[in-house]
Amino acid sequence: MTQVNRIGRGQVDFTKTLKFSFDGKSYTGHPGDTLASALLANGVRLMGRSFKYHRPRGPLSAGSEEPNALVELRGGARQEPNTRATTVELFDGLLAKSQNRLGSLKFDLLSINDRFSNFLTAGFYYKTFMWPAAFWEKFYEPIIRNAAGLGSLSLKDDPDVYDKGFLHCDLLIIGAGPAGLSAALTAGRAGADVILADEDFRMGGRLNSETFAIGDASGADWAAAAVAELASLPNVRLMPRTTVIGAFDHGIYGAVERVSDHIHTPDAGKPRQVLWRIYTKQTVLAAGAIERPIAFENNDRPGIMLASALRTYANRFAVAADRRVAIFTNNDDGHRTASDLHARGVKVVAVIDTRAEAPRSMDYEVLHGQVIDTKGRLGLTFAEVKLADGSMRTLDCGALGLSGGWNPNVHLTCHQRGRPTWNPDLAAFVPGTDLPPGMTVAGAAQGDLSTAGALAGGAKAARAVLGLKGRMPVLPEAEDAPVNITPFWYVEGCSRAWLDQQNDVTVKDVKLSHQEGFRSVEHLKRYTTLGMATDQGKTSNMGGLAIMAELAGKAIPEVGTTIFRPPYTPTAIGVLAGRHRGQEFHPKRLTPSHKWAEEQGAVFVEVGNWLRAQWFPKPGETHWRESVDREVLATRKSVGVCDVTTLGKVDVQGTDAAAFLNKIYCNGFAKLAVGKTRYGLMLREDGIAMDDGTAARLAEDHFVVTTTTANALPVYRHMEFVRQCLCPDMDVQLISTTEAWAQYAVAGPNSRKLLEKIVDQDISNEAFPFMACANITICGGLRARLFRISFSGELAYEIAVPMAYGDALMRKIMEVGAEFDVTPYGTEALGVMRIEKGHAAGNELNGTTTAQNLGMGRMISSLKDCIGKTLSQREGLNADGDLRQVGIRPVDPNDPVPAGAHLMNADGPIDAAHDQGYATSACYSPNLGHAIAIGFLKNGSDRMGERMRLVSPLTKVQVDVEITSAHFIDPEGERLRA
Amino acid sequence: MIIDHPLLGPRDSAEFTYMGDARLIDRPDPDAETAAQDFYEYGYLRGNPAGWHDELWFHEAGDRSWLVVTRNTLTHEISKVQLARDVARSRGRSK
Amino acid sequence: MHDLMPITALGGTEARIDAFDHVTITENDGLALASVAARMGHEKACHTVLEKLLGAVPGPGKAILHDPEAGFWMGPDQWMIGAPRDSHELLADQLSDQFGETASVTEQSGAWVCFDVTGPAMLDLCERLCAVPIRRMVAGDAQRTMIHQLGCFVIRRQDADHIRILGPRASAGSLHHALITTAHSVA
Repeated sequence: MTQVNRIGRGQVDFTKTLKFSFDGKSYTGHPGDTLASALLANGVRLMGRSFKYHRPRGPLSAGSEEPNALVELRGGARQEPNTRATTVELFDGLLAKSQNRLGSLKFDLLSINDRFSNFLTAGFYYKTFMWPAAFWEKFYEPIIRNAAGLGSLSLKDDPDVYDKGFLHCDLLIIGAGPAGLSAALTAGRAGADVILADEDFRMGGRLNSETFAIGDASGADWAAAAVAELASLPNVRLMPRTTVIGAFDHGIYGAVERVSDHIHTPDAGKPRQVLWRIYTKQTVLAAGAIERPIAFENNDRPGIMLASALRTYANRFAVAADRRVAIFTNNDDGHRTASDLHARGVKVVAVIDTRAEAPRSMDYEVLHGQVIDTKGRLGLTFAEVKLADGSMRTLDCGALGLSGGWNPNVHLTCHQRGRPTWNPDLAAFVPGTDLPPGMTVAGAAQGDLSTAGALAGGAKAARAVLGLKGRMPVLPEAEDAPVNITPFWYVEGCSRAWLDQQNDVTVKDVKLSHQEGFRSVEHLKRYTTLGMATDQGKTSNMGGLAIMAELAGKAIPEVGTTIFRPPYTPTAIGVLAGRHRGQEFHPKRLTPSHKWAEEQGAVFVEVGNWLRAQWFPKPGETHWRESVDREVLATRKSVGVCDVTTLGKVDVQGTDAAAFLNKIYCNGFAKLAVGKTRYGLMLREDGIAMDDGTAARLAEDHFVVTTTTANALPVYRHMEFVRQCLCPDMDVQLISTTEAWAQYAVAGPNSRKLLEKIVDQDISNEAFPFMACANITICGGLRARLFRISFSGELAYEIAVPMAYGDALMRKIMEVGAEFDVTPYGTEALGVMRIEKGHAAGNELNGTTTAQNLGMGRMISSLKDCIGKTLSQREGLNADGDLRQVGIRPVDPNDPVPAGAHLMNADGPIDAAHDQGYATSACYSPNLGHAIAIGFLKNGSDRMGERMRLVSPLTKVQVDVEITSAHFIDPEGERLRA
Repeated sequence: MIIDHPLLGPRDSAEFTYMGDARLIDRPDPDAETAAQDFYEYGYLRGNPAGWHDELWFHEAGDRSWLVVTRNTLTHEISKVQLARDVARSRGRSK
Repeated sequence: MHDLMPITALGGTEARIDAFDHVTITENDGLALASVAARMGHEKACHTVLEKLLGAVPGPGKAILHDPEAGFWMGPDQWMIGAPRDSHELLADQLSDQFGETASVTEQSGAWVCFDVTGPAMLDLCERLCAVPIRRMVAGDAQRTMIHQLGCFVIRRQDADHIRILGPRASAGSLHHALITTAHSVA
């Protein structure tokens, strides 16, 4: 097919031809085209179907405000729904499909909805699908889900990558039309750090769409020269294809740069889009204005579009939407389209102006009247005109341009609660006075709709925000026509006259919503869905407001606008996620022996971003319990080794270090001897247990504190809070050393024998007793730290070396431990052994339990103050019958004891009112040969030996259990001290 | 938001962790006769004004300073940023 | 001497180098690090030792790129000192001797992974990784910031095309991945 609608020249490169396909049919276009301009050039006006009624639709606009011409772009996993054909830059091999149709675009079976439009008016969901209730899930919802939405998703993973980035500048200029370019030239020449961002792939804004001259050059040539000059300035960053999507607090702007959308497939490793966070001191918003249509019966046929869009297609893309065109306008700007089109040889059938005082023309007929209806099943064929004298005319035309006036693009001025104000001269909202701090608006966005006004406004704004002194430079001469408009929103008596073409909201719907009592503009929006489509009502909201105001007998500014929110245009979720997806959703933390653990076939679990070995399956083991049971038994029998590098570690130094620990731990540390370690429990100020760990005193003024793996960060933050905010004069210095030291627990009766083979010093029970700590050396000289502490309840040590040597130490331990059958164990075995010993962990320190609940009430020192002490004494935390930590064992050793299940008395009802407590941690104890649990029970310390029921109504488990001490193994702790 | 760090200059609030009312600095005297009531009020009765508010922010991804940020919760305007340590000292906190 | 072989932060036996057309990312495995925090009441004395060591006291956001020991500001009254590991394996002990009771010294050698980023695309790379105003930073500027959710130090070195990034060692792999994928984007 040839490009039948090409007219003359534009900013399209006719020397190159691009092939593309729409709905399976091949077409050609040229570099510089959009998909919409290329389709129009090929005589294709029908590009989509509307949301609700499946009405045939073509482009309304030539920009990002487009409600109608939405297509599915590309194929396979890269298929993207709801892409605006008016902004898609044409590339060779482009593939697009129309959407929201059942059957072909020309014979959409769902267009039957249009016949039933009486049932599908505003609020039809609420009215139609009320009853019977049972129908909702089975019947209504599937049908609605099937019919709803526009394009379809590929349901495949997005194969493209997206970057995020950060930019800093003195001045961000949004929009590269005459005002933006003028501002950028002024600021750039003055040496400021400038970013100029424009959503279009060709900078220049309306200058590319108009025939005006600036000085001696055409507007488009002047823009090209300005862009070239700006590109040569090192302090100016030009960002075409970049949409500023939001204005956030304190001069932070979000911008999406479409890096690869204009090519077939992104180059290997290159992002498709980049989400920039721009930090700027000042902003000039030069976002231009958007023309608005006029509502009349059947105003949505393909071929009916904004008059300015017809001008853009003709002047920029050298395309006539049709060879016979009419214009319907309420202002002088509509006449420009007529004269531009006429100059390009397009037949202007007539200009229909609602005003009696319309400009006249020698070249075409100007009628005083209104377009009241149109004809044409899949595209406009005739327009019915009612003249002011009451007579009727039928115009034979394939395109009809609408000009209802221009709306300054105030969107970004309102992102921080700003509200636009009404300008009666323009019959439009203009930016209010409550702009985001640092923002200045210039050009058409400010309501300066002439080219000269935009050039001057841009220059002035840049000079003002940068504080430039001296005379204003002479600007080139440019068009400076005044705005002549008489507001006209819709044709009297029309009903199926479209306001929001994408969501199929008509004048009738707005009237209905008023009739049904919706008075607030926000309610109107939600009831009718006006402005809720992907275009967010850029071309439709004003019309709806005007009609609402008229019905309510109010002025438009009294009705006000709905709130404008980011993003300015639809934004892919992928670019918001950036690189943070899949495996890279958040960073991983690996211990230095990770590779070694992988070699052993370890199964890993994520804890606080760390990957920890959960267990180490051996050949022949088919169930994780086999591995875990083996690891537990081997450790308790001989010796096991576990990577505990992940524990949080904080270096605490200073002459007040001990006093500081006294403050953050409920138990005392002042008297801890150098070379000794002590268990510590930290409380929150409200008396609830926060975290636990150990503090090892390496010197009078030097402690090493450990935290649980998951709480390392919040505990460090808390310690800094106490240091800086509560005890600012304490001589204490903190620094995290979590990642500085690799640490391994070596546990079991043979642990000393094993370590004696690598530690250079005497670690006999006498020289290095239970809870000792020391700086040591290993293997003939490597610096290390040794702590005789035990989580497993066995004779045990934790040994630490600088991170780089962790891998070597692990391998060394395995090597020298071979004679003791040293067994690596993971977090599951660690958990089993600590439950067997009744040690509290995260399940017990769960944010609701006190030291008293944990059976550690007596640890709270009476001799000193500590965080949480005063409130831990509150009556409610010390009532009779409080929860106490207990052990739970099944009466029948074959029964499970599930964690999370609740304890109920042996007799009586099972309900929340009779709840006695709950199990927090449970496991199978290979040493005891049955399941065990620890948990909390009311008055638990006094109920040892009591028979109870452990129930989980959710999983329908009920087990007879016996309450025991939580210390299932070696309750006297003899093994620890061996 | 941008927090103008007293030592480091303007920094993105994304680098900070928020902890709310800066009156947390005024930890009551645990030895006072009214300590129980004082701590109860300190812990539970905090302001949540729609307007100017002194707040604690921790520069977690920065220099690990706690800051007192005076911020309008309605507009997000920030009028003052101080090192919490200095504020604590000026309010008589010591060891 | 012990026979334990260290591994690099990325888990290799040798430091990794990734070269792209316009940027090169080199794992720097040769750094010894230790933090120094002034003891309360000894701030001046601590500064005197710092001056002797580095030639000057690094102020907020600044590094002193001195040889063999260099240092940068970490927080109020706290600095990180770095030196070649070959000559300063026991840097923390050496510093402890020098600072005596004027400062708390903590070994940090194991805690960090260090990447040297060089080449003309270095700035493009950096501005896709973190919010620091990298183009406005000059030699000797050192900022702590977030890269891929990780708290990192970004230091502009003496050469115009050299940036040093210190990140948490346990996440060396994730940080490296972020650097490499971004290098593909820009180089």
